[in-house]
Amino acid sequence: MLHSTTIILISFAYLGLLFAIAYYVDQRADAGRPVIASPYIYSLSLAVYATAWTFYGSVGRAASDGVGFLPIYIGPTLMIALWWVVLRKILRISKRNRITSLADFVASRYGKSALLGGLVTVIAVVGILPYISLQLKAVSSSFTILVQYPEIVMPAEVGAAPIREDTALWVALILAAFTIAFGTRHLDAAEHHQGMVAAIAFESVVKLLAFLAVGMFVTFGVYNGFSDVFARAAAEPALRVMLTPLEGVAGGYSNWVWLTILSMMAIMFLPRQFQVAVIENVDEKHLNKAIWLFPLYMLAINVFVLPIAFGGLLRFPDGSVDADTFVLTLPMAEKQELLALLVFIGGLSAATGMVIVETIALSTMVCNDLVMPVLLRLRRLRLNERPDLTGLLLGIRRGAIVLILLLGYLYFKLAGEAYALVSIGLISFAAVAQFGPAILGGIFWKGGTRAGALCGLLAGFAVWLYTLFIPALARSEWLPIGLLEHGPFGIELLRPLQLFGLAGLDQINHAMIWSMIANVGAYVVVSLAASPSADEHRQASLFVDVFRLSGEAGGARFWRGTATVPELYNLLARFLGSAAADSAFAEYASAKGLPWPDQRLVADADLVHYVEVQLAGAIGSASARVMVGSVVKEEALTIDEVREILDEASQVVVYSHRLEQKSHELEAATAELREANERLKELDRLKDEFVSTVTHELRTPLTSIRAFTEILLDDPEVELGQRRNFLGIITKETERLTRLINQVLDLAKIESGKAEWVDSAVDMKEVISDTLAAMDQLFKERSITVEALLPENVSPVTADLDRMIQVMLNLLSNAAKFCDAINGRVEIVLSERDGCLRVDVRDNGRGISPKDQSEIFSKFHQVGGVLTDKPRGSGLGLHISRQIVEHFGGKMWVESDLGRGACFSFLLPTGAATVERVT
Amino acid sequence: MTNFETKGQHFVALCMFGMLLFNYPILALFNVPGTLFGVPVLYAYVFIVWGALIASMAYLAESRG
Repeated sequence: MLHSTTIILISFAYLGLLFAIAYYVDQRADAGRPVIASPYIYSLSLAVYATAWTFYGSVGRAASDGVGFLPIYIGPTLMIALWWVVLRKILRISKRNRITSLADFVASRYGKSALLGGLVTVIAVVGILPYISLQLKAVSSSFTILVQYPEIVMPAEVGAAPIREDTALWVALILAAFTIAFGTRHLDAAEHHQGMVAAIAFESVVKLLAFLAVGMFVTFGVYNGFSDVFARAAAEPALRVMLTPLEGVAGGYSNWVWLTILSMMAIMFLPRQFQVAVIENVDEKHLNKAIWLFPLYMLAINVFVLPIAFGGLLRFPDGSVDADTFVLTLPMAEKQELLALLVFIGGLSAATGMVIVETIALSTMVCNDLVMPVLLRLRRLRLNERPDLTGLLLGIRRGAIVLILLLGYLYFKLAGEAYALVSIGLISFAAVAQFGPAILGGIFWKGGTRAGALCGLLAGFAVWLYTLFIPALARSEWLPIGLLEHGPFGIELLRPLQLFGLAGLDQINHAMIWSMIANVGAYVVVSLAASPSADEHRQASLFVDVFRLSGEAGGARFWRGTATVPELYNLLARFLGSAAADSAFAEYASAKGLPWPDQRLVADADLVHYVEVQLAGAIGSASARVMVGSVVKEEALTIDEVREILDEASQVVVYSHRLEQKSHELEAATAELREANERLKELDRLKDEFVSTVTHELRTPLTSIRAFTEILLDDPEVELGQRRNFLGIITKETERLTRLINQVLDLAKIESGKAEWVDSAVDMKEVISDTLAAMDQLFKERSITVEALLPENVSPVTADLDRMIQVMLNLLSNAAKFCDAINGRVEIVLSERDGCLRVDVRDNGRGISPKDQSEIFSKFHQVGGVLTDKPRGSGLGLHISRQIVEHFGGKMWVESDLGRGACFSFLLPTGAATVERVT
Repeated sequence: MTNFETKGQHFVALCMFGMLLFNYPILALFNVPGTLFGVPVLYAYVFIVWGALIASMAYLAESRG
């Protein structure tokens, strides 16, 4: 047996815990150590979207039309996919303009219009009342049901309680007190309520866990998993039709689609969603996580809805139990006392979360956009002369919270009983969807004007009142029901539920179609017809181009006038208190590099704009504008001037784009230059290396020549044989020197392009034969066998005859030098294939290692260790040969295995390739 | 084009694709009797597509640029 006192005590304990969390977080924040700056807290706080409606109502809706409840969560998921584009922009705009609420946003966009802000506030308050009443209804009826435990009795059967036992009223009053404690502890210029956000995040965890607990209990405790629940439902003829629910229902798909669109709007424009997603956002980057965590939360809280709905329908087949209460009554029917209590707490957390955030958001709107603009205009009150208005502001907000909750209670009493939870909630959704055109149009379309937004909102709201709000009152017998059946004055065409004869649709669907036609139509047509004022034009640009126009002072360019620093300071102090005003001015002064207070601080456009933005954080942009206007002498800008400034701004943007491009080009050029420089340095290094190698190569023969000549000079007694020997060495070394110098000169000529090339048709066969003949003596001396495989006829190549002989001489003398010392053998093969002549010169020496093969064609590379072998060449021959072959369009390479000799080959193009080169 | 813009376009495309999948006539293809893993086809379809949509959003949101 659950006693009502126990339930009340536990409820209060839960609320106390919430308050403790909020208090702790606020304390931490005041101490400069905020704890809510986390994307996870942000994502969880967004889940304030899931209210008592989700908690109890989803199951109710699912029990009547299956998947029909899902668009309310799928729509937001689709909208959140657009958040990267839409919400990021709204966030940026709001941060830059210190937007404090949804109404403030609309007012600010359309030229800081107080009228528009007021209208949005009225629509929001009236539109949200059903939603708040829904929460009160859910809490009070779940309480009433739980108290009856273990009996299951519907609240309607309990009978009306006397007013002092009316749970809904008590809930409303307790929540009002709680919200006041949470949301209006002090005035914050940024409207951040960190403690509240933390508490809301905590509530989101509680309601999710409670719902998952009951879901698992029903699915796996009462039944044997998902398939069991669905199989049993399929066995009941009455339930089978719900397994394919979109068929048969009139406008099934249309309802689905409109519900999706409606929810897409709701996730953006419900005041509480705007509050947690935009106003309470502390870091734009939190969006990255929220974009998928929040939809995941919605998916998780919906997984068990269908099993619970079917479970309830199977458990209570006679319809005696309201499907909206299945979440609670199923555990009760199974005698799960604790689970039922947990469910109640979960429902309570869902309801309180919604009510707290919604009323804070609405009270801010009522205060900043409805009451303050009126009060400030009433000169009789002399508000302008009051030294401190912070108390007044807080008082208004507290009053607004109490009033809104009492109005919610009133709506609950008037109309609440006639509808299911979901239907009540959808009425509110349809109301806030009216903000869609004005806001989305406002951030993407500069053409939207104040008049357009006003007409659109008014038209949409009027249709909403007529097709949803009035029928709700009529159904609750507060208006004659005949109005619905026969239309006003009996005009059938104007029946609220079948406007202009549009029948066969769901009530919400019907209302959405007409209200959106009216809203969007009026917004667009009037916007196009009316030309915007200077203020509107400026604000439109600041909003639409928020990512292009940079800097918080973007708005400062649009102000011209005179003011004094003390006046501005006093203004800020009146609304924020002198401590906050001091810190705001100190911050501004330090940004200018000045101390505060300081005589040098001038009241220029920047400061005026800064004060206005600070003020907007407390009293809304429209009121802030009026207040700032009261202390400064402002010269109104004409629309042409605003246009000029905007053009200037966009020219600056274009110019800076160009500058950016230029600097990119410069960077690229610098990189190229750096690369070229690196290359030059490398070449320089190579040149130095070349010079030092050449000198080294020259010194070796010189040293030996000098040594032998000195011996001969110093010692005239040297034997004749010895002397001849020495002179022979000297001659050889001199020849080597000459050859080296010739080759260096040759190389220099080739590399510098100054070599003279005498192109003629060269017969390679002849070249090879001539070279072989010239070297015959050398081969014979070393007893080397020479074998030449030359075809009868080969095509001529265009080349320099002497150069080709030089190449052949080089290759053959290398072969002679490096072939086997005892059984030396050199093979020359000439062949022609694919328009190319190929010459192979193969020796049977010890071969060239792979490492040397890649190096052998470079300058001064000599194969063989310095210590073991005496170098037997200049190291330039192959390099020059390759240069010559490449000059004539050919290529030269070497193939070799260690110990098996080496084969030097080159290719020279004949015919076409040559002709081409010559022309 | 900046990374932000590219990413934005990917998100818009994803939203369009989601709208297509959660709409007539694709939805009607799955509005049939029968079960998938013991769950009615339509329910299974909606939850699977929904989950896939969230996974894609997570991938896109957390990916660099």
